Amino acid sequence: MATLTLKKKNTTVPAPHSSRPFTSPIASAVVTVIALLWTVPTFGLVVTSFRKKEDIQSTGWWSAFTNPHFTLDNFRAVLSSGNAGIGTQGMIPFAINSLAITIPAVVLSVGFGLMAAYALAWIPFRFSDQVFYGLFALQGVPLQLSLLPLLTFFATGVQLFGHTIIPPLHVVGTIAAVWLPHAMFGMPLVVYLLHNFVSTLPRELMEAARVDGANHFEVFRRIVLPLSLPAVASIAIFQFLWIWNDLLVALVFAGGTDDVAPLTLHLANLGGNLGSHWENVAPAAIFSIIIPLIVFFSLQRYFVRGLLAGSVK
Amino acid sequence: MVPWSDIVHSSWPKIAQILAVLAIFFGFYGIAFAAGARIKGKKQNGLALSLFLAPALILAMTGLGIPAIQTFLESFKNANSSQWVGLANYTRAVKDPDIRAAFYNTIAWVAICPVIVTSLGLTLATMLNKMKREALAKSLIFMPMAISFVGGSLIWNMMYQYEEPNMPQRGLVGQIMVWLHIPLQHLILWSPWNNLFLMVVYIWGFTGFGMVILSAAIKNIPTDIEEAAQLDGATGVTLFRTITVPMVKTTIIVVLTTAMVGTLKLFDVIHTMTGGNFKTDVLSNRMVDENFVYLNYGRGATLAVLIFLGVLPITYYNIRSLRAERKHS
Repeated sequence: MATLTLKKKNTTVPAPHSSRPFTSPIASAVVTVIALLWTVPTFGLVVTSFRKKEDIQSTGWWSAFTNPHFTLDNFRAVLSSGNAGIGTQGMIPFAINSLAITIPAVVLSVGFGLMAAYALAWIPFRFSDQVFYGLFALQGVPLQLSLLPLLTFFATGVQLFGHTIIPPLHVVGTIAAVWLPHAMFGMPLVVYLLHNFVSTLPRELMEAARVDGANHFEVFRRIVLPLSLPAVASIAIFQFLWIWNDLLVALVFAGGTDDVAPLTLHLANLGGNLGSHWENVAPAAIFSIIIPLIVFFSLQRYFVRGLLAGSVK
Repeated sequence: MVPWSDIVHSSWPKIAQILAVLAIFFGFYGIAFAAGARIKGKKQNGLALSLFLAPALILAMTGLGIPAIQTFLESFKNANSSQWVGLANYTRAVKDPDIRAAFYNTIAWVAICPVIVTSLGLTLATMLNKMKREALAKSLIFMPMAISFVGGSLIWNMMYQYEEPNMPQRGLVGQIMVWLHIPLQHLILWSPWNNLFLMVVYIWGFTGFGMVILSAAIKNIPTDIEEAAQLDGATGVTLFRTITVPMVKTTIIVVLTTAMVGTLKLFDVIHTMTGGNFKTDVLSNRMVDENFVYLNYGRGATLAVLIFLGVLPITYYNIRSLRAERKHS
């Protein structure tokens, strides 16, 4: 790298198009094919969800182009009560469960995460580095490692030599038993990504505020919080999609009851129970991916920025 | 359709709970900040630290730190954690043919998927750079990132749907095989190739991630470097090999390691598509089964520790490069 950077700098620029390696009709063709390959499966799901039950059971979705018969019945069915495997009130309660899990988990992890990032970057204290590295190392703990002990902790608290040190949290079977682990598991990554951002804020700004007599609380509220909003938004979106799409935590902590099961868990069960009954599975799947897709397409720019914080220097 | 009033009635406690969490969080910190702003001098450092840092640390330690240690200890105990059994779970894990199969499958996942995701992502990022309609193509390839692996698995189950050869095909892959006169196979049952078909779901879901991150890194390459190389006569593949790849090396490693950790922990695809049957089991799925189907906590913990040991070198490497970076800045 170093040898290259020192070569001729201010020479005449060649025509801009030649700065693209692999630019050719072949490249365009490859990209087009891959983009199609990546889109067709989802497209097939969408087409299937609008086809009639008899058509779905007898032919593939591509025959809808030669023999177009579309209907909204499948969607009506998954939003109605008493359908096989769908649940007594259709899919909407599961969507509300997903929201009730995702919103508190995102707010708490990003809220606490931003404050911790500020503390680690701008409040000098002994062991600051050690705490930072320790927190970062926790990112390397697969959440598989903590599922059962955490579940036990929720159910029984902490006992030592027969004394109750921390009482049971009484969250088992409630929706808090699902969002609380998410807030915990997300913490190391959120703190790390936000720390990347907060630590690059200009030092002069902080010091000027300090000279004016502002303490940490004021610096955080008046300077750090407003300046970090774009970073906070992007990481919140990232967390939102990741928690909304999770299956493992939901499976372990929702305790097998429909009452607190999010859409992903319900959908996985549907897929297992109904198998190739695509007239039910397809609209249910669409229903579960519609909110993350809306979030993704409307806030795509922020989402990508969130991914990039911490990986590209 | 279920009447809205019924849904609101049954969901009201959950909505109230969302509002309560938000109210408590913002209420508490609203008051704390108002009060904290009045405190001057040295005292505020300690108060700020405990209010800012302690919650995150407590959550991370309760959720990950302490449970990880407990699981480590559990892995040396028997099925219901009542007795110490030494290394029995580990030797059992090595000997059990099912667990061993899951272990080999996991290795196959880690060996195959990250490399494909990264190289495909890099190729796409390079090809798409400054291409017409770059944004559209990127959005399409990136879109599966927003879809859960559960949704993705169901989508691909539909693609792989098997029908008898004399029947009209309902799965697109089957139909394409018919068009190309390839003998039909029940793809999900066809061991060991079915593992590859499951990997397709992960690659489909994750390539967009690699592409977006690598694309940002490629756009960060200073143009004068590229131009200098071009004046020296480098084009096409040479330019890619001598400039693009070395300049984004760090980012390539980030994508590669992220995908490695992701595949080591991957659970959703296996659970949704095969449930670990048909010789497609992996450690992460097996671990959940040990804990919740066979109710053998000791062995479940052992598998979790094995996954941790797989992630450990990557964590070590990341911390080392993070320290180097922090010292430079």
